[in-house]
Amino acid sequence: MNDALSFIVATLHATVRAGTPLLFAVLGTIFTERSGIMNLGLEGIMLIGAIGGFVVSYNTSNLLLAILVAMIAGAILGLVHAFFTVTLKINQIVSGLAITMLGSGISGLWGKDYIGVVAERFETISIPLLSDIPVIGRILFQHDLLVYISLLAVPLMWFFIYKTRGGMTLRAVGEAPEAADARGINVFFIRYLYTIIGGSITAIGGAYLSLAYNSMWIENMTAGRGWIAIALVLFATWDPYKALLGAYLFGGITALGLRMQAVGTHIPPDFLKMLPYLLTIVVLFFTSTDTLKRKVGAPATLGVPYSREDRT
Amino acid sequence: MKIKIEKRLNTPRYLSLVVPVVSIFAALLIMFVILTIFFMGRIGSFQGAFSETVSAYKELITWPFFNQYGLYSTISKMVPLAFVALGLSFAYKMKIWNIGGEGQLYMGALAATWAALFVFRGITSPILLITLVAIFSAIAGALWALIPALMKAYAKTDEIVVTLMLNYVAIFWVDYLVYGPWRDPKGFGFPGTAAFPEPAMLPTFFDGNVHIGIFIAIAFAILLQYIDVKTQWGFNSRIVGDNKKAATYSGIKVKKYTIISLVVSGAIAGLGGGVQMMGMQHRLMHGFSPGYGYTAIIIAWLAKLNPIAVIFVSFLFGGLLVGNDQLQMFYKLPISLISIFQGLVLFCLLGGEAIAAYRLKIEKAEEVPANE
Repeated sequence: MNDALSFIVATLHATVRAGTPLLFAVLGTIFTERSGIMNLGLEGIMLIGAIGGFVVSYNTSNLLLAILVAMIAGAILGLVHAFFTVTLKINQIVSGLAITMLGSGISGLWGKDYIGVVAERFETISIPLLSDIPVIGRILFQHDLLVYISLLAVPLMWFFIYKTRGGMTLRAVGEAPEAADARGINVFFIRYLYTIIGGSITAIGGAYLSLAYNSMWIENMTAGRGWIAIALVLFATWDPYKALLGAYLFGGITALGLRMQAVGTHIPPDFLKMLPYLLTIVVLFFTSTDTLKRKVGAPATLGVPYSREDRT
Repeated sequence: MKIKIEKRLNTPRYLSLVVPVVSIFAALLIMFVILTIFFMGRIGSFQGAFSETVSAYKELITWPFFNQYGLYSTISKMVPLAFVALGLSFAYKMKIWNIGGEGQLYMGALAATWAALFVFRGITSPILLITLVAIFSAIAGALWALIPALMKAYAKTDEIVVTLMLNYVAIFWVDYLVYGPWRDPKGFGFPGTAAFPEPAMLPTFFDGNVHIGIFIAIAFAILLQYIDVKTQWGFNSRIVGDNKKAATYSGIKVKKYTIISLVVSGAIAGLGGGVQMMGMQHRLMHGFSPGYGYTAIIIAWLAKLNPIAVIFVSFLFGGLLVGNDQLQMFYKLPISLISIFQGLVLFCLLGGEAIAAYRLKIEKAEEVPANE
């Protein structure tokens, strides 16, 4: 294999790894936003997932339990967000900011005594036969379990949202809560449910960082991925397949920056590190304007609390 | 007799003071519980954890607010907080969610350093040099905020994530400079620039413990308060914040207001960065802000976007940051404690406001119309 090809293959392999935490966060948030709840607390939820998973893995060496605890921790923050936005109907933007602060604060406190220690991590599982395919095998089929789960989740989620009754209920609640309510759907319950589910899936993305990607706990290790994921939900237009594309696009830019640092270029590493954030701004620019959002199908009541009293 | 919950038609004025104060106490109480649980993990017994938390709280309150040197630190810490919070409040009045205060602060600090160490090197008049450095920092903050402002005004790009992403970009830019071309060759590898020249340092008082930045912040608060209540700008910006359509119909140029409010907001935050450099740090360093830009968001909210109230709330949070530093040193607690507190306060405040919008009404039974 020549140098250029091996550079590309290594970069694409790293792309999948770097994209996976984003993918979980984006998939989770598609659920939440589809129900009409905007959650800007992803950064905090990912951090709480990262530390929750890491602590359990360190103490029990049980990775399944670690992921479960990460999901529960994310679900709790989702529940808090749902309580404040669905029941108390407070500003969803500010509630999301508070979730971010709470999540980053609690993860910092919880993780204080876990800095610099090593825990059980997700090891690479090469899929027999498929991983032997040249180039593709290395890029796609030599990863850890969470990567495969995220890849399976994409079509499953797409099927659920567009082809099942549950998915239709979810979309109805986000698009036309009055109509859904009139049909006997409990709008409040559905919004609670998907904010909690969204939180728990997002938290897996955080746990991926501490249990597979970095394999350790670093304070504020998400480094803005939660916010990038929020932009990616827009980019993905609430569609799981486009979420995969978006997450890997960002994974790619991150991986490319890291590979270029490793190979050694004249570009200072700090500028390479800026790339994902700059790309997010560009993505937001091209997915902005109200008209475009309507065309691509943002949930109509995204960010608007539902209140039976205010029905007209 | 029947007790009923009903929506208030208008919230009484006293509640707008009571709710924030109660929220702060409620947040302190919840954090007390969280800390006790944390210490239980460390110490093992509830008794020990409880008394550890009590003594940590004593440290958190007494040092920053009741000790002379602690108070000096509190006043020094509140200056950047006040600047950024004043800037953010200015934008929030129009419901423009600038959460890029951190980045604007960094860019202000960067430009101040550039001005003091390179551009105006050799100017010896303190008044002239300080003014020039301050202008540079304000312009840098303004330009940094101009990016989301233009995007929002002309492409309707949501400013929240853009301003936040720019925080990371600004921090990496500063890192590049202090680890690279601007690193002080005499700094023993320390990631920071050389010190500012003497004339670029702000005058101090209290034996050099506090710099005059606090008065600049107070002056800005008064100015902003005046703009808010006495000028056409203040009046119009409230209309834009309340209802963009109504503003457009009444002839207000919403685009212009959007751009100006974000740019001014960034300029004030940037100036805060410059003042921090000239008054406090005297050199640009890696990670010089422990998240002032994020703490300022909470300050702006607790102060209900009122510039005068921002000063008082900044004093409180300056003290909490100083107290947090103490806890970090003596109790091996992380700096993130302040984030927990901020999240809790925000939730208590918002929850309190939501609840305060309702009231309990006691209905006497005989008032119920009866069909006789």
